[in-house]
Amino acid sequence: MSDLAWIDAALTSARPQAIGALLRYFRDLDTAEEAYQEACLRALKTWPDKGPPRDAASWLIMVGRNAALDGVRRKSRLTELPDEDLISDVDDVETPMAERLDGAHYRDDILRLMFICCHPDLPATQQIALALRIVSGLSVKQIAKAFLVGEAAMEQRITRAKARIAKAETPFEAPGPVERAQRIAAVAAMVYLIFNEGYSAGADAAEVRARLSEEAIRLARLLLRLFQTEPEIMGLTALCLLQHARAAARFDADGAIVLLEDQDRSLWKRDMIGEGLALIDKAMRHRRPGPYQIQAAIAALHARAATPADTDWAQIEALYMGLERLTPSPVVTLNRAVAASKARGPAEALALIEPLEGALGGYFYFFGARGAFLLQLGRDDEARQAFDRAISLANTAAEAAHIRGQIDRLQADAKARLA
Amino acid sequence: MLYALLCYNSEETVFAWSKAEDEAVMARLGAVQDKLSAQGKLGPALRLMPTTTATTLRKSDPPMVVDGPYAETKEQLLGFYILDLANLDEALDVARELGLANPGGAYEVRPLLLYAPGVLSPEQLLAAAG
Repeated sequence: MSDLAWIDAALTSARPQAIGALLRYFRDLDTAEEAYQEACLRALKTWPDKGPPRDAASWLIMVGRNAALDGVRRKSRLTELPDEDLISDVDDVETPMAERLDGAHYRDDILRLMFICCHPDLPATQQIALALRIVSGLSVKQIAKAFLVGEAAMEQRITRAKARIAKAETPFEAPGPVERAQRIAAVAAMVYLIFNEGYSAGADAAEVRARLSEEAIRLARLLLRLFQTEPEIMGLTALCLLQHARAAARFDADGAIVLLEDQDRSLWKRDMIGEGLALIDKAMRHRRPGPYQIQAAIAALHARAATPADTDWAQIEALYMGLERLTPSPVVTLNRAVAASKARGPAEALALIEPLEGALGGYFYFFGARGAFLLQLGRDDEARQAFDRAISLANTAAEAAHIRGQIDRLQADAKARLA
Repeated sequence: MLYALLCYNSEETVFAWSKAEDEAVMARLGAVQDKLSAQGKLGPALRLMPTTTATTLRKSDPPMVVDGPYAETKEQLLGFYILDLANLDEALDVARELGLANPGGAYEVRPLLLYAPGVLSPEQLLAAAG
């Protein structure tokens, strides 16, 4: 590996820890980021000759802290006013020792860094952009590309998000157990948002956006290394891995969606599936089910089935019922109905979704599923009506094309019956 | 004499490699492994899943199951088993049984990511082990 490549890899993996610690010292995101940038510049100068330090993160924290303090001192000599607010803990700063990385600091530093990106005032897209910029260290250009927007627009979005969190109350004290659990849950939700931003892309953007899914998996693994006994974080990591494992099989050569049951399972990434299965196995031992674990368990049952016919639909329906209890929502019931149609037949599935029309009347998948159930029941005219509604609600060309395929099948069947 | 080469690296770095980087490293390793295979020297090689998939059984009395890899520095890596088992529960049962036979220390259970059998036959491995 060239000098630059290994330094880049080392800086990337040390980044959340280093910025997290610098943020704890300086209590200001911009100062922390500048200090980290300065440390990186010095790393690029000295590491190629001297080799990497034993602990890259500690090195970056110490060098970054000293560089930022020099900056503060220079500024305070000019103004004759020491900027006390900027230095949170003078005693600590005077300690010549390198940052001692005791487990609790390290974990809470990274968690805090991730947590400030999930501020409830920030819309989801800003949370994601901010996390990718600050925690992952992607460039504005890379993030803009992944979101399919211009660089200037993305720059503005990130600046706006930063301004908003700068005004917000950032919690710098070490959290208690309840607060820590809340932060972990918020960060997990943000990581899953990043994952879905990549996963829900159409075929045209799938390759660029896969970067987002991969980054989410990296963050999920990081979170799990910090909080190794959290079954929901095991579940989140497993869920991302099991879904991402299917990425190569999800679109055909023309960019049309390939449904799970029609996917070429030889394209599924077995190593990701193996890791996902191992994690869900580990999580279930805790007997503390949560939404990520259940969704991962569902994905695991699909991954374990060698062919669609081997899928354990009854177990999948049971898991969706568990999910309904934990997080009741019409969308979960709709998914349960799809499993029920396979396990128990379309009539019972249709009965399950009939009460949902009020809630899901604007939802593409609702009419797609209803059309499919009606089709299986031989109620072709009603099926066609449902499919027409679905097309009018489709979000992407691929979704519409998929439903048109179903309608074509209906017409072909009708012709065949007439002939 | 049979030797084990134990591989250590920062998993944060290794698992952050892009697909291209990972493949490039694997290709370079493959070249070395091919040479060793041609010389009839290469036995099984394997790659482990990340430590996030690890579970550790501390052989205390009673034994304690802990999430995560074995992280103490008091003990050293002295050996390992490769087993084909149904799931983590079965692996922990095996670890408990082995632990009764050999108390002290811990067993870390870690799923394999990759297993390459190498070119040495079971007979050759046995002979070399003396």
